[in-house]
Amino acid sequence: MIEIKNINKTFGDRQVVKDVSFTFYKGKTNLIIGESGCGKTTILKLMVGLHQVDSGEILYDGQNFPKLSVIEQQNVRKKIGMLFQGGALFDSQTLEENVQFPLDMFTDLTKEEKLERVNFCLEKVQLVGKNKLYPAELSGGMKKRAALARAIANNPSYLFCDEPNSGLDPKTSIVIDNLIRNITQEFNITTIIVTHDMNSVIEIGDNIMFVHKGENWWTGNKSQILKTDNQELFDFVFASEFMKQVLGSQKK
Amino acid sequence: MNLFFHIGRYFMLLFRVFSKPQKLSVYIRQIIFEINNIGISSLPIIAIISVFMGGIITIQAAFGFNSPWVPLYAVGFTTRESIMLEFSPTIVCLILAGKVGSNIASEIGAMRITEQIDALEIMGINSAGYLIFPKIAAAVIIFPFLIALSMFLGIWGGYFMGVASGACTEYEYIFGIQAFFEPWKLYYSFTKVVVFAFIITSVSAYFGYNTSGGALEVGKSSTNAVVYSSILILLFGLILTNLFFNR
Repeated sequence: MIEIKNINKTFGDRQVVKDVSFTFYKGKTNLIIGESGCGKTTILKLMVGLHQVDSGEILYDGQNFPKLSVIEQQNVRKKIGMLFQGGALFDSQTLEENVQFPLDMFTDLTKEEKLERVNFCLEKVQLVGKNKLYPAELSGGMKKRAALARAIANNPSYLFCDEPNSGLDPKTSIVIDNLIRNITQEFNITTIIVTHDMNSVIEIGDNIMFVHKGENWWTGNKSQILKTDNQELFDFVFASEFMKQVLGSQKK
Repeated sequence: MNLFFHIGRYFMLLFRVFSKPQKLSVYIRQIIFEINNIGISSLPIIAIISVFMGGIITIQAAFGFNSPWVPLYAVGFTTRESIMLEFSPTIVCLILAGKVGSNIASEIGAMRITEQIDALEIMGINSAGYLIFPKIAAAVIIFPFLIALSMFLGIWGGYFMGVASGACTEYEYIFGIQAFFEPWKLYYSFTKVVVFAFIITSVSAYFGYNTSGGALEVGKSSTNAVVYSSILILLFGLILTNLFFNR
């Protein structure tokens, strides 16, 4: 479980994150949603320590991450897997080497054991047999799945996903969403997903925080979101005519 | 103020680069990879430039010493001194600053803007140590061998061109390259090479590591890496020359 308590972040004279508190539960897909530029990716980067919080607490199973020493933070990070928006696969390494990388760095497994684990992860993301391909040879969806395989290679306790569906067609998006949900439930991981994709919200939104202008504007789950009376959230969810027609009927 | 900011940030980066390796076996593997990437791949350009420059220095020296008061072995002597003291350690390192420095800055810069460095950090890896230390170590190990080869090929190129063009005889050239040899000058040359190897890799990595933005900024980092590495090579060349020769 991860709790964030009253976190604030300012860049220059612009406060991007304002007193945000929320709890991300283990075994659930926790979503941070909101329109572009609302501060959701900043919250994610604050949580993993890529930005430093100005004030507030980020508790990883009770450990206040910003107050830990560099070594202690590295130890927490060894339990984190992250799926970046662009995949962030290492260009100079094959798919197999990418997935094996965290195992090389943090485990004493034998070569055979590592290969077995790599193949297990690739199987989970449906990329069996693609071991020797380089990132440049993969499609957008395959890159995301490969990055997901790398993220879960070292049995993480926490999985962060930054816009996992961006740039993907709806069918591939659903594949990625389902993969994340299955992995979360199977391995009992605390998963945090930043997205503005409404399909993801409806499909896998177990626990949702809606961020508006850097603030935690609304919290709930996928069934509650369709019945919201919150005007900003309503405008976000039902931004398109299609959504109004398809989901508006459910609201009634 | 800006200069002090960069100097401070450079040394803070170096502190992270030289912190304890997280997994020695992975670092050693990376060093071997970088020796090939940085060193072996630079062999053709160094070989070509050294042979031609040796020949050019010999022909120019022969032309300049065209006087009965100057012995002909001075051509070989001058070629050896020029190549050993300045051409191979300094000029070849300036060329390597262009080739290797821009490569390092653009590689690390591209990793920065595509979030690959963030990925390393989030895995709990000291990204500065993992990415930069093997490059510095590889350059410090392989550059002296490259420069030694450059010296050999430069002197050989001088011999070949000098004899082939009739600028000097074989005997005079061989006598000249052995005349008045002082071994400490080799220490001086190789000290410079090691310092320059460190400058090229660390300064280029610094600019690449601190890239922010997009492809345009990667290009700027690459340019800055070459410009500042070159300036520092000349500055430290001057300092080391003063230390060794002004005794």
